[in-house]
Amino acid sequence: MAVASTDTAIRSSNWSRMLIYLVLLLFALFYLLPFGIMLVNSLKPLEEITGGNMVALPRTWTIEPWLSAWSTAQIGVEPTGLRPYFINSIMMAVPAVLLSTIVGALNGYVLTKWQFRGSTIVFGLLLFSCFIPFQIVLIPMARILGLLQIAGTTPGLVLVHFVYGIGFTTLYFRNYYAAFPTELVRAAQIDGAGFFQIFRRILLPSSGPIIAVSFIWQFTNIWNDFLFGASFASGGSAPMTVALNNLVNSSTGVREYNVHFAGAIMAAGPTLLVYIVAGRYFVRGLMAGSVKG
Amino acid sequence: MTMMKKLKMTAAVLALSTTSVVAQEVEVLHWWTSGGEAAALNVLRENLAEGGVGWTDMPVAGGGGSDAMTILRARVSAGDPPTAVQMLGFSIQDWAAEGSLANLNALAEEQNWDEVVPEALQRFSTYEGDWVAAPVNVHSVNWVWANTALMEELGLEQPESWEEFVAAMEAAQDAGYTALAHGGQAWQEATVFDSMVMGVGGPEFYQDSMIDLDPDALGSDMMVEAFERMDTLRGFVDDNFSGRDWNLASSMVINGESLFQIMGDWAKGEFVNAGLTAGDEFQCFRVPGTEGTVMFNSDQFAMFEVSDDSAQEAQLAMASAVMSPDFQVAFNMVKGSVPARTDIPSDDFDACGQLGMAQLAEASANGTLFGSMAHGHANNPSVQNAMYDVITAHFNGEFDAETAAEELVLAVELAQ
Amino acid sequence: MAASSDTGVDFRTRLQNWLPKLVLSPSLAVMLIFVYGFIAFTIYISFTDSRMLPSYEWVGWQNYDRLFRIREWNIALNNLAIFSSLYIVISTIIGLMLAIFLDQKIRGEGVLRPIFLYPMALSFIVTGTAWKWFLDPAIGLENTMHLWGWTSFQFNWIKDRDMAIYTIVIAAVWQSSGFVMAMFLAGLRGIDNEILKAAQMDGASNFQLYRRIILPQLRPAFLSAFVILSHLAIKSYDLVIALTGGGPGNATALPATFMYSYTFTRNQMGIGASSAVIMLMTIAAIMVPYLYAELREKS
Repeated sequence: MAVASTDTAIRSSNWSRMLIYLVLLLFALFYLLPFGIMLVNSLKPLEEITGGNMVALPRTWTIEPWLSAWSTAQIGVEPTGLRPYFINSIMMAVPAVLLSTIVGALNGYVLTKWQFRGSTIVFGLLLFSCFIPFQIVLIPMARILGLLQIAGTTPGLVLVHFVYGIGFTTLYFRNYYAAFPTELVRAAQIDGAGFFQIFRRILLPSSGPIIAVSFIWQFTNIWNDFLFGASFASGGSAPMTVALNNLVNSSTGVREYNVHFAGAIMAAGPTLLVYIVAGRYFVRGLMAGSVKG
Repeated sequence: MTMMKKLKMTAAVLALSTTSVVAQEVEVLHWWTSGGEAAALNVLRENLAEGGVGWTDMPVAGGGGSDAMTILRARVSAGDPPTAVQMLGFSIQDWAAEGSLANLNALAEEQNWDEVVPEALQRFSTYEGDWVAAPVNVHSVNWVWANTALMEELGLEQPESWEEFVAAMEAAQDAGYTALAHGGQAWQEATVFDSMVMGVGGPEFYQDSMIDLDPDALGSDMMVEAFERMDTLRGFVDDNFSGRDWNLASSMVINGESLFQIMGDWAKGEFVNAGLTAGDEFQCFRVPGTEGTVMFNSDQFAMFEVSDDSAQEAQLAMASAVMSPDFQVAFNMVKGSVPARTDIPSDDFDACGQLGMAQLAEASANGTLFGSMAHGHANNPSVQNAMYDVITAHFNGEFDAETAAEELVLAVELAQ
Repeated sequence: MAASSDTGVDFRTRLQNWLPKLVLSPSLAVMLIFVYGFIAFTIYISFTDSRMLPSYEWVGWQNYDRLFRIREWNIALNNLAIFSSLYIVISTIIGLMLAIFLDQKIRGEGVLRPIFLYPMALSFIVTGTAWKWFLDPAIGLENTMHLWGWTSFQFNWIKDRDMAIYTIVIAAVWQSSGFVMAMFLAGLRGIDNEILKAAQMDGASNFQLYRRIILPQLRPAFLSAFVILSHLAIKSYDLVIALTGGGPGNATALPATFMYSYTFTRNQMGIGASSAVIMLMTIAAIMVPYLYAELREKS
């Protein structure tokens, strides 16, 4: 059942529909504005930015800033552009997203279909972890990664993101599976199906939307994280956001704003793509998951 | 240099004798990521590469180095510190006090660092008499950058006293220009404040208040006057100053919208990049009232204790390369700063660079070279930032000058 | 034969009984160390004289005493109250409104929805500069309006110490109101249309439909939105750093920026930790009753 085609019982007059369209379009404009500013200025030569109106369209269009941000801009001592950092971010984000989604799904399954004494308390404990401010975990986390000998490596970073993602993914899957008929699980149990069999055969096939939600949420958070990436990755394995920050935030040097904007849009590319491609599942997943339950 | 040669030779010998040598490497944490400065640092990387020493780059920009310091703490807590870390002033002392830094005495003695590095800098590069860091440059902060064309148009000479300075700004304001280009960020306001304290009270007062943190000096009438001068400057700033980056303020002077900017010598890079010539199309002079003194900050590479021999050798090679005159010249010409050693000829530098080098040597000799409060070279970070709070709150109109001086005493007390 | 198959079954059922707990236990262990262990560590540090790195010299309540004498902390608390209440209320209203509008069989919903939603995908490292420019009167909105001929137009909040915090609210609302919209939209789509049609037959107006039937049914969505928004509000850090850096003066400092600054920039880790403890207590004060109510109701 496609969400967009869901029937609604509310009827409204032509005038109020006009008004609704107007409001929606105005808000669309408001949401697009910052992105628009970035896009427009990423296509201007630098003199046009520092010398003129920053909201105006370019007088001379150029893709130079994009090329520079991608492959020649100075990130560290070598003019590498953002290119080499892309793969680092992917190496970090993909395993972390997968791991936390799998574990969240299993947790949600246990917490709804295999409840035991104290399982709600366990859930409460997991959920509260969503609210821990990341700044306080920095130093103790560093010490533990050091003890585990994975400080400054991608596996270390994956572990960190995995740990602080469990709370959210468990929340999503728990609420989603709560609405799933328990009778089916019991029936399968009586037929002799085991714990994992039930999960794989019965719950997983209908988990598409909530996997999408978990995936989008985790991917966005992990991809955009700066603090952990900067602290727990060493030079060669630094993720995209760290590189972007180095490009944009240099303190006492000349600022090439057009290159900064081009780089910023590039760095945001994968998350934007995920939102646009998987966005339609997002509402559907939320619909069945976190807001009902 | 001999060290470098030795290293080169060893590297060559090793390369010949066996192919399974563990490559020597340094990992360098720094925040020089913008085009020019990063390119300048690349000179160092290439010098080291010639000696067979690899370079793992670990740049973390943001917050004038404060983000890099956060990351450093994580790295040290993990028991995995970088080989060398760009650092400012008191941070070096703090890390040395933790016992985290390596001892560079042997190299320093061999290369005579004691003689060539100004004593005021050694205060930060050494801890309890031991060398722990190699200074890269000296920035000084009490500069005024001026648009020559605008000065000529207004019939102005280079101001030589505070009164003349104010009069010049009045002339610019009356003619419809923004007299003072300023970016309203706490560190920029503190940078200006350094010069006001020095201008009002001179070296002794600066020492008492900013470095020794004497409560009487901090709350004195002279401090009130320094804040009043900030009020005066506030009157010459445009309405949109708040939050502006320093380089946009520089552009205002470059574009001829503004007459002056008070900023450290890194601002020179902006002018030069815009195609202006030092001493010709733009002027540099000391903030009136502070002539004869230099308030500085110095970027240094603090060397962290590393365990194995090859890492130690690489570290020493790097320290040696940092101190080599060639690198000091190459780097500082790009950066706008001046070399951290005083035995280097200034011929290759532009007018402002030459002036800066001469004044640095002179101030060092006369004992009027002071660490800049705004840039962490007068007191530790907690006091420094507590001062920032008061200075920026005052500049933004939350306190009058008298209250500001009182608040300064209180803030410094709480931060200690 | 029989005996061995018996033990086999016995072992299997016992394993089945233990499996759920076994599956859950790694997550729980990880949380106990990486969340609750670290919180305990932070609480401990807040009673020590830690400066640059953790130290274990006990100083009692001294850090808390100092914390509340620091002007900036009080500004930060004050700002958090203003910021979080406005942010939560406005995001909820806009989110709800957009969701209701989008639910009116709008043509182009497929285009509009991702537009409303995309800001959540971007970090403020990415959009911060654009926002800063847009809000800057000299180059942004005000200047543009002037160029278009509306010369009396004024919008200089970001430069104004009393108004700057509201610009933070605007940017924050921009980022998350679309996400709230998605939550409400999902809630609206989940409502049974038969009930609405029946009510309409009885002559209920649209307004009455929403007030009496639809909004009450959205209660879970309201609660989820509240949890997500309040946790974002309390954690807000990038946003302030990107837009104002805490300025003008200290006018836009928030507890998260305060904590970072004291812990890492100012080498006063003890005070930083004590501010973190206060933050955690605030979060707990909001979340624990909510979680308690939610979980009890469900079980």
